[in-house]
This record gives sequence, structure tokens and C-alpha cells, in this order.
Amino acid sequence: MVPHEKGERVPLTISGYDAKKGTVSFAFHEVGKTTKELGCYSEGQEILNVTGPLGNPSEIKKFGKVLCIGGSIMIAPLLLQVKAMKAAGNQVTTVLGARTKEAMIMEKEAKTLSDKVYVATDDGSYGNKGLDFLNDLLKKEKFDRCVVMGPVVMMRDVSAITKPFGIPTVVTLTPIMIDGMGMCGVCRVTVGGKMMFGCVDGPEFDGHQTNFEELILRQRTMLPEERLGSLLWETSGGCKCGGNKA
Amino acid sequence: MAETKPKPKLNKKAVEMAKQEPKVRAKNFKEVALGYTEAEAQEEASRCLTCPKPQCMTACPVEVPIPTFIKCIKEKKYAEGIAAIKTKNALPAVCGRVCPQEVQCQSKCVIGKMGDPISIGRLERFLADWERENGSQLPPKPTPTGKKVAVIGAGPAGLTVAADLIKQGHEVTEFEALHVGGGVLSYGIPEFRLPKAIVQNEVNYVQKLGVDLRLGNLIGRTHTIPELMKEGGYDAVFIGSGAGLPQFTGCPGENLGGIYSANEFLIRVNLMKGYLFPEYDTPIRIGKHVVVIGGGNVAMDCARCSMRLGSDVCLVYRRSRDELPARHEEIENAEEEGLVCKFLAAPVEFYGDERGWVKSMKAVCMELTEPDAKGRRGVKVIPDSEFTMEVDTVIIAIGQTPNPIIQRTTEGLQSDPRHGTITVNEVGKTSLDGVYAGGDVATGAATVISAMGAGKRAAKAMHEYLTNKK
Ligand SMILES: Cc1cc2nc3c(=O)[nH]c(=O)nc-3n(C[C@H](O)[C@H](O)[C@H](O)COP(=O)(O)OP(=O)(O)OC[C@H]3O[C@@H](n4cnc5c(N)ncnc54)[C@H](O)[C@@H]3O)c2cc1C
Ligand code: FES
Repeated sequence: MVPHEKGERVPLTISGYDAKKGTVSFAFHEVGKTTKELGCYSEGQEILNVTGPLGNPSEIKKFGKVLCIGGSIMIAPLLLQVKAMKAAGNQVTTVLGARTKEAMIMEKEAKTLSDKVYVATDDGSYGNKGLDFLNDLLKKEKFDRCVVMGPVVMMRDVSAITKPFGIPTVVTLTPIMIDGMGMCGVCRVTVGGKMMFGCVDGPEFDGHQTNFEELILRQRTMLPEERLGSLLWETSGGCKCGGNKA
Repeated sequence: MAETKPKPKLNKKAVEMAKQEPKVRAKNFKEVALGYTEAEAQEEASRCLTCPKPQCMTACPVEVPIPTFIKCIKEKKYAEGIAAIKTKNALPAVCGRVCPQEVQCQSKCVIGKMGDPISIGRLERFLADWERENGSQLPPKPTPTGKKVAVIGAGPAGLTVAADLIKQGHEVTEFEALHVGGGVLSYGIPEFRLPKAIVQNEVNYVQKLGVDLRLGNLIGRTHTIPELMKEGGYDAVFIGSGAGLPQFTGCPGENLGGIYSANEFLIRVNLMKGYLFPEYDTPIRIGKHVVVIGGGNVAMDCARCSMRLGSDVCLVYRRSRDELPARHEEIENAEEEGLVCKFLAAPVEFYGDERGWVKSMKAVCMELTEPDAKGRRGVKVIPDSEFTMEVDTVIIAIGQTPNPIIQRTTEGLQSDPRHGTITVNEVGKTSLDGVYAGGDVATGAATVISAMGAGKRAAKAMHEYLTNKK
């Protein structure tokens, strides 16, 4: 998505669509300049360009028992998968993770869509504290597949937990992207010792084969510039939408 | 009414084209070469002998009527001159700037045997620039044929096919994945060599002819080719998706921060205007000591962009100067701007600091082997010749292969498993009925004009196909 003439190209995961109305929806955190700016757009305001959907479609079929784990803002697109997995005849257990109780989103939706829902927060202010409870859950119950969408650290930790249980684990990787069509290689990740492009070979990869440490370092390569861009935008007045946002 | 004029004395020296001073231009992104004035164009054109059997034309991949347009310049009939070029070439402002004329038209110019060949490229550019300033004329509208064509990719190949087929009366939709048209002309070749306003102008011309350009459409994902033909009702498809898949060296450490593919670097700098960050939102982080690996036009462009962003640049190329595949003019320009070259060397490994940012590169020295049957010289590593360079940015410009998405998502479309190129016959027909391809996607990375030549041939074949199809 490119917001305007001078904007960046940013990748966003689709979190819903309505084929009848011809709409797609995205959920994002306002973390950098572009997302903050997008957050200021008012209803009906035009976005310069949206290209997509890009990347490979998710593998949806009947696996049996599926464990869907979503963290933070990625809960929104995860629920789309939960819905699809359910429709494909799977029994779905959903785990929602967030930093704090206040940051938890879409719990109600998750409950209507899944057979069972667990919640967890980093600080323990709501539900389980951290994801360690998964160890106990996996000892008790057998799952045929695990789908994780969330911050890289969370996907890394979940993959480490599911590995000893031998549960095929699919992670949705979010490297930096520019074109999203395989032309720049900024999205390269190492999976199973091989170089892959997140945008065209992914976004879903085998969590047990992914080099998460490299991905974490690569995600940070432009951090100083990103901070600068965001800061400059804010100090130069930031949101000019008339103040309907905090 | 042939005029009889006394034979002019042959002037062996070509009229030079003014350029920005190296010291000045190495710090800005404005166009390096400034173009001929009218008087200079007149003088250069007057050197042309208007040969009855022009050799220059035979060496032009799209057969631009060179002597005709030069004669028009002599007679100050500029509108006629540009119209003559445009019968064969829809992108003269581009070709006048980036074609390797030294190995094409100008290599066959008879005056070249006695002195400098006529500066055909510069004259072509003069007419194209004249037209941009004086307004362009559209050819008369053809009668519609009722046939629909989909063109994939708005690079030189796709734009050529679109322009040629719409002039024949077919309805043309052009699908482009990026948010701007132009292909490599927009995302790859830098502003200082080919101003983006000029590319945009050429894209606009094709749109003015009536082509419906749809940006943000990645064919293979947003629609597939079978969908276009069945549900979209397109009678024929042209694939001009280019060669944009970057190649990496495979050396350990290549995924460190500060190591860019040439495409990433150029897309950030040119397409997203990273050199104007933070006015434009896309950042580019570049260190003081930049190494560019490679020796083609792409490598030169990366090196020259880096110098303009304030870095010292060393080009590391595994063959020697004589084998550099870049355009001669650009090598000279780059060296004038301060490029340092390390020939006969190749990287082996990259090392990073604790934040995962590249800090040094180990390389080895190479030597050329005896020429093979085709006369091309290989290279081999000199044992125990390793050395280390301190670097903080590395740009890998060792080639691009065809974008693979269409090949992967189009059943029955034959492609070469090793090179990724779509298999075509001499007129660009693929293994699928009604589907044609050309340009870099069929040849591997080549040149603007060869992509346009392929587009011309395919457009002709497609027109025949469409005419014979009931
Ligand atoms: C940095 C650089 C410098 C160069 N310098 C020169 C030079 O000086 N002189 C010269 O003659 N040549 C030069 N070249 C080579 C020249 O630019 C190419 O050979 C030429 O552009 C190829 O044209 P094309 O139309 O085949 O492909 P491209 O120009 O690559 O265009 C392909 C287009 O298709 C789009 N596309 C790809 N896949 C899809 C899809 N699935 N759906 C929809 N759209 C898609 C791409 O976004 C792109 O816009 C240079 C190349 C580079 C990278
Ligand atoms: S985002 Fe550019 S190649 Fe994946």
C-alpha cells in the first residue's frame, strides 16, 4: 500500500473482506510515520495505491485439531484463518496474546469463531502470564497443526515450544518489504538454511526451520531512520485531520 | 524538387554535448548530460551524408529511419522529424539517453570510419526534447477492430506492444504491478541519467493513445493469465514482466544489515526517492565506505547514486576493465565523478558488528583464463590471494533474472528451468495460444532497445493473430 505520492510502500496483512461490497480491511498499530499517518485518514479519503493480495494463499484444509495463536494486532488476520480453518471442518483452539489486559483485542469474536479460547498477557494482568502454559496444554492435548501470527519474538517462542511435540507449525513472517513482488530482496529470510523471499515465497513458513534471530536483526536495520521520520512528522504538526484522534 | 547544394566539407569531429561539471554533478541528482542546443543539433546534423543505403538503420533493433529524421533536423522540420522517429520508436527521449549507440547505429555510420560517427543518440534526444517543450501530436485514431489485448508490465517492451497494437485499432489494457509505469526506466535507471519526468511523459503518451494503464496489478496474483483470457475476455496477452529478480552471491554473511541488492538500493533511491528522505518517506541508509559488486550498467548506477549520497565508492569486479559490460559513456562519467575500481576481485564472506550491520568483507583475487571458443574469457581464483576491506555498505549488482511469478502461476507456459526465461519463438509466441512474451523476461537482462525490438516483433505477430482469429 502506498498512501500518497511521497509515501512508502508498506505491507499489511488482510484481516477481512466483503466480496459483495468489494472491500478489504486491514488492522495495524500506529508505530511509524506511515501507520500513524494512515491512522489519521478520515473516512472516504483516498489512498494512492493498493496492490494485492500478494504472497501465497494460506494452506487451508482439514487437518483435524488446529491450534491458532495470535499476538497483538495480528490477532485480526489470525481470526480470518480461524474462520477458514473452522469452515474446512477443523476443531480450532485459539490463543490470544497481548502485552496487557487493556491491549487485548477481539476476544469476543474469537470466542464465537473457535471451539475453545485461551488468553495470555505478558504482564499476567489478564489470563495466563506469558505463553509457558502452552507446554501444559500440549502435554494434555494433541494438535495436528499450529498456526502462529504475531510479533517475531512470539512466533519464535511458540515454534520452540511446539517443536518437541512435533506439531507442524506455520508462522507468518513480517520482514521489511518494499515492492512485495520479488524484485528487491529486502524481505529475504533464511528458512531451512535456504534464502527465501518473504513476499513471494511466503509469507507463511515452517516455524521450526526459520532463522528468527536473523529476521529480528534484519527488521531493525532501518530503525534510526524510521524513528527520525516519525519524529519529524510529529514535530511538524503530525496529524492534520482536525483532531478526531488522540 | 531535389536541391543542388555544393558538397559540404566533411567535419570529422562530433559536436560535444555539454555536461554538468564532474565535481558539481557528483553531489546532485540532476541530469548529467544537458543535451544539444538548436545550433549544436544543426551543426551535428549537417555532418550526416544522408547515405542512400544507410547502414546505421540496419544496426538499430527497431529500424528508426535515422537519415530521414536527421534530414528533418537540417531543414528545421522538427515536428516531422519526431513523427518519423515515432513511426518506429514510441520512446525516443529514453532511447536517445540510454541506448548503447556505440555498439548499434553509430557503430555502422560511414563517417565513423574517418572520424567520429554522427551522434545519432544525441540528435534523437534533441528532437524528443523539442517535442516535449513544443507539444506532441497524436496520430489519427484508427477504426476499432473489436479485439481486446492485455499487456503485462509497463516497461519498454510492454509500452511498445501497447502503443503498436492500439494504433492498429485494438483495445489495450496494460497491467503494471508497481504504482508507476516505466519498468526499469522508473525504478532502476537513476534520475541523473534519465529524469523521471521524461519517463512519465513517455508513459503519458502511450496513455494518450488510448491505452488503459492499470497500476497496482500483479498478474499471477491479482489475476492470472487464464482468468484474463476466459473471464476478462482478452483475445491475446503479451507478457513483458522484465528481469527483476535480484541475484545474490551466496557468500556467508550476505543477510547482514547494510547489504543491499542493487534493486533494493535503486528502488529505495529512485522509485521511492530515498535521496529526498525525509521529505519522501522511504529511507536509505548508507555508510561512508561503499562497495559495489559487479560491472554492468546496474553496478555503475548504484555506484554513482552512492557517490551522490556522499559516500566513497569502490567497485569490485571479477574481470578486468576491458570486460566491463556497462555503457562506455557511463564508465567515463563514473570515473570522472570519483569512482575507484578494483578489478579481478570477488567477495568471499561478509562480517558484521554486534548489531548485525556489515563491517568488513573478505575477497579474493581472480585471473582471466584463456578465451574459450566463443572468445569469452573466464575467471579463476588465485590461490592464497585473500584480502579484507573495511566496508559499511555493500551493494550486490551481479545480475537479475526474470520475475518468476507469472511462470509459476500460468499452467502450460513453458519456461527455461535454469534461467527462468519464458520460452518464445522468433516473433515472441509462447507455448500458449494467443500468449506472447518479450523483453528481459524472454532474454534475461538486456537493453531497453532490445526489449522494444522484441515488443515490435511481438506486436506485429499479435496483430496478425488477432486479424486471423474469428
Ligand atoms: C539499473 C539499470 C540500468 C540499466 N541501464 C541501461 C542502459 O543504460 N541502457 C539500456 O539499454 N538498458 C539498460 N538497462 C536494461 C534495461 O532497462 C532493460 O533491459 C529493459 O528495461 C527491459 O525492459 P522490459 O520491458 O523487458 O522490462 P522492465 O523494464 O523490467 O519492465 C517490466 C515491468 O513489468 C512489471 N511486472 C513484473 N511482473 C509483473 C506482473 N506479474 N504483473 C504486472 N506487472 C509486472 C514490472 O514492475 C516492470 O514495471 C538497465 C537496467 C537496470 C536495472
Ligand atoms: S519485498 Fe521486495 S522482494 Fe520481497
